[in-house]
Amino acid sequence: MQKDIVIQVNNLTKCFGDFTAVDTISFEVYRGEVFGFLGANGAGKTTAMRMLCGLSTPTSGEAAIAGYDVYRQTENIKKSIGYMSQKFSLYEDLTVAENIKLFGGIYGLTNQEIKEKSAQLTGRLYMNDQRHKMVGSLPLGWKQKLAFSIAIIHQPKIVFLDEPTGGVDPVTRRQFWNLIYDAAAQGITVFITTHYMDEAEYCNRISMMVDGKIKALDSPSNLKRQFSSGSMYEVFLRLARGAQRTSD
Amino acid sequence: MKSIVIENISKTYDQGEVKALKGVSFKVGQGELFGLIGPDGAGKTTLFRILTTLLLADSGDAMVDGLEVMTAYKKIRRRIGYMPGRFSLYQDLSVEENLNLFASLSGTSVAENYDLIRDIYVHIEPFKKRRAGQLSGGMKQKLALCCALIHRPRVLFLDEPTTGVDAVSRQEFWEMLKRLKEQGITILVSTPYMDEATLCDRIALIQSGEILSIDTPQGIVEKYRGNLYAVKSTDIGRLIHDMQDAANIRSCYAFGEFLHVSFERDNATAHQKLDKYLKDKGHSDVVFRQITPGVEDCFIDLMNE
Amino acid sequence: MKQLATFIRKEFYHMFRDRKTLLILFGLPIAQILLFGFALTNEIKNSRIVVCDYAKCGISRQLTEKFAANNNFIVEEALLSHHQIEDAFRSGRIKLAVVFPLDFEDDYQHLNQAHVQLIADATDPNTANMLTAYATNIIMEYQNLSLPYQINTETRMIYNPELKGAINFVPGVMALVLMLVCVMMTSASIVREKEYGTMEVLLVSPLNPFMLIISKAIPYLLLSLVNLIVIILLSITLLGVPVNGSLLLLFLISILFIITALSLGLLISNVAQTQQTAILVSLIGLMVPTILFTGFTFPLENMPVVLQWLANIVPAKWYYTIVKSIMIKGLGFGAIWKETLVLAVMTCLLLMISFKKFKVRLE
Repeated sequence: MQKDIVIQVNNLTKCFGDFTAVDTISFEVYRGEVFGFLGANGAGKTTAMRMLCGLSTPTSGEAAIAGYDVYRQTENIKKSIGYMSQKFSLYEDLTVAENIKLFGGIYGLTNQEIKEKSAQLTGRLYMNDQRHKMVGSLPLGWKQKLAFSIAIIHQPKIVFLDEPTGGVDPVTRRQFWNLIYDAAAQGITVFITTHYMDEAEYCNRISMMVDGKIKALDSPSNLKRQFSSGSMYEVFLRLARGAQRTSD
Repeated sequence: MKSIVIENISKTYDQGEVKALKGVSFKVGQGELFGLIGPDGAGKTTLFRILTTLLLADSGDAMVDGLEVMTAYKKIRRRIGYMPGRFSLYQDLSVEENLNLFASLSGTSVAENYDLIRDIYVHIEPFKKRRAGQLSGGMKQKLALCCALIHRPRVLFLDEPTTGVDAVSRQEFWEMLKRLKEQGITILVSTPYMDEATLCDRIALIQSGEILSIDTPQGIVEKYRGNLYAVKSTDIGRLIHDMQDAANIRSCYAFGEFLHVSFERDNATAHQKLDKYLKDKGHSDVVFRQITPGVEDCFIDLMNE
Repeated sequence: MKQLATFIRKEFYHMFRDRKTLLILFGLPIAQILLFGFALTNEIKNSRIVVCDYAKCGISRQLTEKFAANNNFIVEEALLSHHQIEDAFRSGRIKLAVVFPLDFEDDYQHLNQAHVQLIADATDPNTANMLTAYATNIIMEYQNLSLPYQINTETRMIYNPELKGAINFVPGVMALVLMLVCVMMTSASIVREKEYGTMEVLLVSPLNPFMLIISKAIPYLLLSLVNLIVIILLSITLLGVPVNGSLLLLFLISILFIITALSLGLLISNVAQTQQTAILVSLIGLMVPTILFTGFTFPLENMPVVLQWLANIVPAKWYYTIVKSIMIKGLGFGAIWKETLVLAVMTCLLLMISFKKFKVRLE
């Protein structure tokens, strides 16, 4: 496995008043890795992810995303990452083609590139017939697959996925994971959060966040061995049960 | 008497453009914990809204607690508790204020029915002065459940109560539902998480407005066509690709650390052939064993049918 | 009853916890009154007037001195004839002319009463009104203190003799603020429940929809009344615009108008799905007509007949007319019953429609 480090986090901390949302976390993520970022509600996942995307300034600690510093080079970070969340990803009142064009444009692709990518993308998702349909009229699973493909349209170094498969049917959910593996094979690092514990098993490595700290970080099989559990679900329960805090 | 009777309910939106429900029928018995399992967009919320008298069906009949949903909506509203998909609490009111408000909605008081919610309320009581908007997902969910229960309903409708809630809170929530069931309350609950299906007495699998199957979780699993196998090798990513080209495979998909595989013609030769095929492709440490399918496997199978 | 009380309390919680909206609600009327008031008093304080004294008697001189001493007026010059008055007005610097006629002294000595003519430039009717009122006050004060005779003032508005288009902005601001608070806030607060999903739970509960509507209406009715009191107090103390008629009548009519506005807000909330829509519809659909068609900014009489006809269906127009009659003209119910009836019929109709339209189901 190549060990190019694309995310380097050192004692990263974020406080809101006297509340420490993220408490001195440190980890590394390698190129082409599928990295699962797990934790209970309120463990500090969202806050940590925001800092890594350059949306929120850390209170202390260091982090470099694709080699760029999270304090000073947030603009460069934004250019080298893709982002997709369950809540907002695409404009529902624009068509598939218009969304592709819009996000391609935002990330500075040329018209020629957008055209090529657009054909490629709709072809691979079997969505050629849906090109001129409103995104809002598509089934959720299709939307999410489309949103993911658009999030990596500019070949980012890292793509951040915040619960991308929530509520998606089991078949489409697996198709979505195929897209994730394809992206990883192209060298895109995938940083993902999920509430589906079976999906945790699909990741190369997993970090478990509890009360703002990373309590465990390893491959799924090693974690199961370490906590002598049969599934990631049990590992999760074991770790999260010890949680003190309950607020988001 | 059946608590909920649904007969051939259909519902469309946008002048028939979107078919949300296509002739759905099932019955839920008194005191049963019934799960409606399906992904987003399957029609779960529409069905809940029809049963809670918030929407009128295009065709078909439905009865809740022996009352017609179309005509007796006022009576039904007195007898049911409803927790919509989005947590429908007043974010700017405190935990206590929310609970008191919902109690007085039905002309009752928190003290009167406290015994029913005590087990749930103790979890959030330490935060009773906190605004609902500042609670975590799991606590909001508990508060919403208390609010839906406070008037001692005979039938409880919970639309995706565990969506977006972490695994720990989800487990606690299901334990609470079991205790409520023991009090004789009929509970209809929907969820997109297939692993929660086994916690229900009976489940209906729903997809694109149609019921795929109705049975006990055990019964659903027993109805699975043929055998299911779990396959694993050292390089799971390559294994997925290679399996796509393998012969005699009915279905193959990732499931946790394994692939779940079923055959077109399932016999010992088929197993040997697959083993040889994978070895030829250079896979090492191949694990191959038969497993009992889960509800999710059944769902995928029914979807592909 | 207890149910209703709990619900009203809940609305108040919403209201008081949303500090920004509350600030706007109370700040807006105060700001409007202050703005208008500041602009006006500033103008009045420095008003230049001319005196045309044909009488040249002791009283006319003393009165002229009184004018000069008052800090609202600066006596620019003493003129000799009416022609000069016109020239002075045309120059644009003069707002008011005081004319003591030649027979002024004769009249008060022999008839015990005399006339003073006040000529005001009515192109700016508000100012003209205020100035003549001040001038009249000065004359009255002087007469009450020292004279056994009666001096009558005879006011002439030139350029815009009927003061068309505006009498006073206070009734206008009242109509506007009540519209704003009632329509916008009620519709937004109902639609917010739809947006947050709480409406679903409310509908499914045994709560009577009528109760829901009442509990939404009462807090905003009370809030509007508080606003009304603030406006009236400010207009009396700060702007010197008195309530000449019955205060009770004014409040009763205002409550009627508030109910009209509330039912309009209810209607909007039936249609709108988001708070933004509700607020936009309230602003464009109701505020604009209120400003345009009540006649407090633009004279109605100058509008095309179609628009004048259209103005009749704007409730604020009727309210404005009534308030003007009560506050400014000091008229009683006898003079306004027709307008009140129109407003009452409108309210009943709107209430009926909005209750009928209130959906007991979604969609």
